[in-house]
Amino acid sequence: MEVVQIQRRLVDYTKSLFMEGFLDGQFLQLQQLQDESNPDFVVEVVSLFFDDSEKLLNELTIALDQPNVDFKKVDGHVHQLKGSSSSIGAQRVKNACIAFRSFCEGQNIEGCLACLQQVKQEYYLVKNKLETLFRLEQQIVASGGSIPMIEMGF
Amino acid sequence: MDSCNCIEPQWPPDDLLMKYQYISDFFIALAYFSIPLELIYFVKKSAVFPYRWVLVQFGAFIVLCGATHLINLWTFTMHSRTVAMVMTTAKVFTAVVSCVTALMLVHIIPDLLSVKTRELFLKNKAAELDREMGLIRTQEETGRHVRMLTHEIRSTLDRHTILKTTLVELGRTLALEECALWMPTRTGLELQLSYTLHQQNPVGYTVPIHHPMINQVFSSSHVVKISPNCPVARIRPAGKYMPGEVVAVRVPLLHLSNFQINDWPELSTKRYALMVLMLPSDSARQWHVHELELVEVVADQVAVALSHAAILEESMRARDLLMEQNVALDLARREAETAIRARNDFLAVMNHEMRTPMHAIIALSSLLQETELTPEQRLMVETILKSSNLLATLINDVLDLSRLEDGSLQLDLGTFNLYAVFREVLNLIKPIASVKKLHVSLNMAPELPEYAIGDEKRLMQTILNVVGNAVKFSKDGSILISAFVAKAELLRDSRTPEFFPVPGDNHFYLRVQVKDSGIGVSPQDIPKLFTKFAQTQSTAIRNSGGSGLGLAICKRFVNLMEGHIWIESEGLGKGCTAIFMVKLGIPERLNESKLAFMPKVPPNLGPAAFPGLKVLVMDENGVSRMVTKGLLVHLGCDVTMVSSSEECLRVVSHEHKVVFMDVCVSGMDGYEIAIRIQEKFTKRHERPIIVALTGNTDKVTKEKLMRVGMGGLILKPVSLDKMRSVLSDLLEHRVLFEAV
Repeated sequence: MEVVQIQRRLVDYTKSLFMEGFLDGQFLQLQQLQDESNPDFVVEVVSLFFDDSEKLLNELTIALDQPNVDFKKVDGHVHQLKGSSSSIGAQRVKNACIAFRSFCEGQNIEGCLACLQQVKQEYYLVKNKLETLFRLEQQIVASGGSIPMIEMGF
Repeated sequence: MDSCNCIEPQWPPDDLLMKYQYISDFFIALAYFSIPLELIYFVKKSAVFPYRWVLVQFGAFIVLCGATHLINLWTFTMHSRTVAMVMTTAKVFTAVVSCVTALMLVHIIPDLLSVKTRELFLKNKAAELDREMGLIRTQEETGRHVRMLTHEIRSTLDRHTILKTTLVELGRTLALEECALWMPTRTGLELQLSYTLHQQNPVGYTVPIHHPMINQVFSSSHVVKISPNCPVARIRPAGKYMPGEVVAVRVPLLHLSNFQINDWPELSTKRYALMVLMLPSDSARQWHVHELELVEVVADQVAVALSHAAILEESMRARDLLMEQNVALDLARREAETAIRARNDFLAVMNHEMRTPMHAIIALSSLLQETELTPEQRLMVETILKSSNLLATLINDVLDLSRLEDGSLQLDLGTFNLYAVFREVLNLIKPIASVKKLHVSLNMAPELPEYAIGDEKRLMQTILNVVGNAVKFSKDGSILISAFVAKAELLRDSRTPEFFPVPGDNHFYLRVQVKDSGIGVSPQDIPKLFTKFAQTQSTAIRNSGGSGLGLAICKRFVNLMEGHIWIESEGLGKGCTAIFMVKLGIPERLNESKLAFMPKVPPNLGPAAFPGLKVLVMDENGVSRMVTKGLLVHLGCDVTMVSSSEECLRVVSHEHKVVFMDVCVSGMDGYEIAIRIQEKFTKRHERPIIVALTGNTDKVTKEKLMRVGMGGLILKPVSLDKMRSVLSDLLEHRVLFEAV
């Protein structure tokens, strides 16, 4: 494919991610931090996010599976997840975490389980999207093009 | 006869008379010779004899007389002329000495007599001194007795013991037959026999108090002799002979109220007890002055001791009363505390129970918001969310109300858009109003500032409550909401005389009036409107389902905002107008305001704004740590990352100028680390500035951070521009406080 086409596809895709609320302004900040001295900053951060989140989600599943659920621990994990997701701008994951926390406060197991499902769902969605995004970027770089900067009119 | 030179005696020697003369002469001579000897002997023995010369003379005289008589012995018989010569010489000498002695004696005898006079005088003096000594001794003894008595009396504060001791000691000291004390009864009309010396428990003799003799005693402060026939003195079995003398003395009974601070109690109490003392009958004793004095003194002492005892009793009683009251108060306080605690528990539980479904509604509505919705559905969901947020706030405020009453609620001041608040209220109320076919109009005065400083949430709550009431109690018609700046002359409203708002440079008074054409309120119900849980009859009929808390809460909020709220109505069916005024601050120049959507113009710095600035980032969360590092690296800083407080303390050095610390991590107290870091660097210029990164900006966190000495606070998530401005502020001023 032509570089320009891929670039346009990248731009549209990124825009849609923002429109649909998967990502928010924080992601743009991350992109701004990427420069010649730090060319893979975003990828690194996002990979770290993926690893972290997988771990946290596993922990959460185990914790909520216990007969006596330790809500404090669960809340701690959700807090971490919320922090990470908000740091990279994964908006929907963050919102799901917020809802999750209120169920934790209310010590509501059914609610927590439902939220966990929600969070997982959101996480996999955003992971998918971001991976697609990175693949597109790699394609552009491999074809010798440069990654276009997204100008969002926020 | 022969021619001897003898002299014939005149009479013959053998005549009986001559013989007797002879013997007498002999004895006279003997006596005359022995007298001087005796004199000498005794004078030698005595040390005091001033007239030795006279004695010598006298001695001489006597000796000569003796000699004469001795020689006379020889003249009874025939004696020679020599004897006669000697006799004559002796006689002559004797004559001389006698005359001289006689002459001397004329001088001496008056002296001797005067000695005698002086002796008599001295003896009299001695007797007088003796008498006086006796008196002094008696007085001293009396004094001793008084002291001893006083000591005995005052050694106890028990009334009974005092009186008993007095009687016993007096009886002993003065050797009395009987001693009695009569106390006035409660009525004050009689004297009752309270204590006697010999009878253990005197049966209640009483004597009316207005006896002339008793009055006489009471009117004098001295001891008064009374007749033994007086009723107070007739308490012992009659003796065989004369009953002993009786005296009586008054004992003033002093009350607590008599003791002024500065002067001795006036003896105007008119309450006296009577002490009666009786000498033993069948004895001839009489009352001596010193004994009477003793009795007076003792009576006074007893009065003082009794008053002390009375004071002590009073104070003990007062103390017991106080203790009882204390216990009762303590109990009441504990009960009140229990009640408050029970109420708080109840509120907390209810709160919790109410919050749980609220959480569900809010959470699920927000989730719903994230899904695919048609615009109408989105609008509906947004309204549900807003209303449930408001409801959540209301639930919070139920708890707040109890805190409001404790005075522990504080306003959340912030800058907000005044017009937006009113628009919001209007939007919330419009659906309900349109259903009831009520027309709602908003009139905002043009001079109202666009932004104000105050508690946006609670102001909105108040406006909403007031407007909601207007809507609730109107069946039809219109509702007019007007808001304007309260002018100075309008501020002094005659209806609210105690409210004097004074506008100033950086604040103004917002006045909001909500006029409706509903059922109105009758004038006598107006004061009740602002009481909690009170509903007027009209509302009860309507059964609006309100709890009656709304206006009470509004009033408290308005008071917190230093304002005033009141309702005017002309009566039932004539609608009513709710008016309130609150004090709001005027925000300062725009470039210093903390408005979120008016960001500071960032300084025109390139990306590497802080070359080489050494910073330390501490964050437990790997992702956010990396993002923060990325931000700082992009700004040119030299970043060290740590993930735990121990590592942070180990690694931090004086080269690090700033420490970014994430403080909303669980299990790690960021504040403590801040303190420890500050302890590590004693010199101020070596100390790094500590900035907290947190998702939480409530007042408590802020205060904690300030207290701990953190340089600033940044709310996550941090944008590049924000980080840039934060760093430039920090390095310029060394302190930021908050960057939102």
